[in-house]
Amino acid sequence: MQDRPTYDELLAAIEHFLDTEIAPNVSGARAFHARVSANAIRTIRRELAAEEEHLAAEWAGLDALLGAAEMPVGHAALRAAIRERNRALSAAIRDGLDDDRLHQVYAHVRATVRNKISVSNPDLLDRSL
Amino acid sequence: MDKVANRAPATPVRYNLAVTPEEVSAALRDFLLRSHGARNVIVENVRLLTGGASRQTWSFDATIDQGETLPLILRADPRKGPNVMSRSVEYRVLEAAGNAGVPVPRVHLMGDDSLGVPFFLMERIEGETIARRILRDEEYAAAREVMTAQLGTILAGIHRTPLTDDLRETLQSPESGKTAAETEVARFEQTYRMITPEPHPAFELAFQWLRRNLPPPSEDTLVHGDYRMGNLIVGPEGIRSILDWELAHIGDPLEDFGFLCVRSWRFGNDHLPVAGVGQREELFRAYEAAGGRHVDPNAVHWWEVFGNLRWGIICIMQASAYLTGMSKSVELATIGRRTAETEWELLNLMETN
Repeated sequence: MQDRPTYDELLAAIEHFLDTEIAPNVSGARAFHARVSANAIRTIRRELAAEEEHLAAEWAGLDALLGAAEMPVGHAALRAAIRERNRALSAAIRDGLDDDRLHQVYAHVRATVRNKISVSNPDLLDRSL
Repeated sequence: MDKVANRAPATPVRYNLAVTPEEVSAALRDFLLRSHGARNVIVENVRLLTGGASRQTWSFDATIDQGETLPLILRADPRKGPNVMSRSVEYRVLEAAGNAGVPVPRVHLMGDDSLGVPFFLMERIEGETIARRILRDEEYAAAREVMTAQLGTILAGIHRTPLTDDLRETLQSPESGKTAAETEVARFEQTYRMITPEPHPAFELAFQWLRRNLPPPSEDTLVHGDYRMGNLIVGPEGIRSILDWELAHIGDPLEDFGFLCVRSWRFGNDHLPVAGVGQREELFRAYEAAGGRHVDPNAVHWWEVFGNLRWGIICIMQASAYLTGMSKSVELATIGRRTAETEWELLNLMETN
C-alpha cells in the first residue's frame, strides 16, 4: 500500500494546477486543451471511484440477458470479459429480438450508458432528469 | 515490362503543411505571382487558424500589384492521401452554393500542386465561430434572436442549389435502388463496424431502430452534411457565412435539419433544440417561407436520431486517430468518452417515439 496522498488526492492536485495555473495563463488552443485536460482528470477520478460498482452492475445486467456466468477476478480480466459479452449482446440485437426481450435489452443498455455518463459527463445526467 | 517504368513515380515530397508561417507566406507569394501574372505580391499576417487532422486553415492578407488588400483564407489538406473530400470538390461546392445565393465565403483561386498538398484560397469573413461565445456573450444577444429563422432561410437556399452535372459527378449520391436514408445508414454502419474498437449495444439498437422506422423517400438535393453551430460565422447582427462544406453530398434535405438539432450543438441550452438558439417549429416555418419544401417533423426526428448516431461514430473515428498513434492530441483522445453522450441521447430519442 502506498503512502498518502492517495491517487485521488494526487489527481486532485494536478486538476487544481491545470485549472488555476495553466488554463488562465495561456491562450487559444492551449487554454482549450488545458481545460480539456482538467476535465479528463475529473473523469478519471470519477471512474476510479465508481469502477468496481459499475463493472459489477454491468456484469449482473449481462447475466440477466445472456445467462449467469462466473465473474472474472481483477478489473482487466473483467473488462475483457464484458467486452466479449457485449459482442454477443450486439450480435443478438442484430439478429432481431422479440418485443419483451427488446424491452429488457433497452433497460440494461440504458442503465449501463447512465453509468458511463455519470463518469464522463454527470451534468448531462442532471439535465436529463 | 520495363522495371523502372513499373515503379511508383517518385512523389516530389515538398512539405506537408506542418510548416512555419514564413514558409507558407513564401509559397503563397509564389503561387499568387504565378496565377495572377502579377509583378508584385505582398503576403502578410499569415497565421494558422485550425490545424485539424483532416485539414488546415490559414488566414492571411494579400496585396497584388499595389491593389486593394485582400483578406484571404488558405484551406489545405495536412498531407497527401485519401481525404474526406478533395479540396477541388469543396471549391466547386462553395462556388455553386455561392452562386445560388447561400452566404458563403467567395472562392478566390483553386490551388495547384505547388504546396505539395491540395489547397484553395477563399475570402476571409470576419466574425465569431466559437459556439460558447455565440451562445453566451451579450454581444451576440441580438444575433441569437434572429439565428433560428436565418438557419431556416439559408437552408432553403442550400437545398435549392442546382445539381449540375459537375456536382452530380463529384458528390456522393444515394445508391441506386436505395433511398438517401437507407444509403446513409448503410454507409455509417460499414464505417462503424470497420473502426470501432469496442462493441456498442446502444448503436446496434439505433441501427435497428433506423431500419424499422425509415422515412419516406425524398427528392435529391444538395446536403451540407455538417450544418451546425461551430460551422457558422456569426456577427452581432446574425449569421454571416456557412463554413465547412467538406461533408457535402447529394441526399435527403431533411438530413441537415436532423444534424442541426443534435444535442451536442446546444452546448447546454437544452430547451433550445435548434443549435441552442431556437425551436424546431420556427426553423421549419422560416424554411417553408423561404421556398423550401414542406417539412415533415417525423422525418426530421428520424434524421435527428441518425445525426446523433453519426456524431457518435465520428467521436469513435476521432478517438481512433489517437488510439492508433496517428495523433497525440488530448482533444482527440478525450472525444472518445463523448461517444456515451450520443448513446444516452439516442436512447432518449428512440424511446420517446
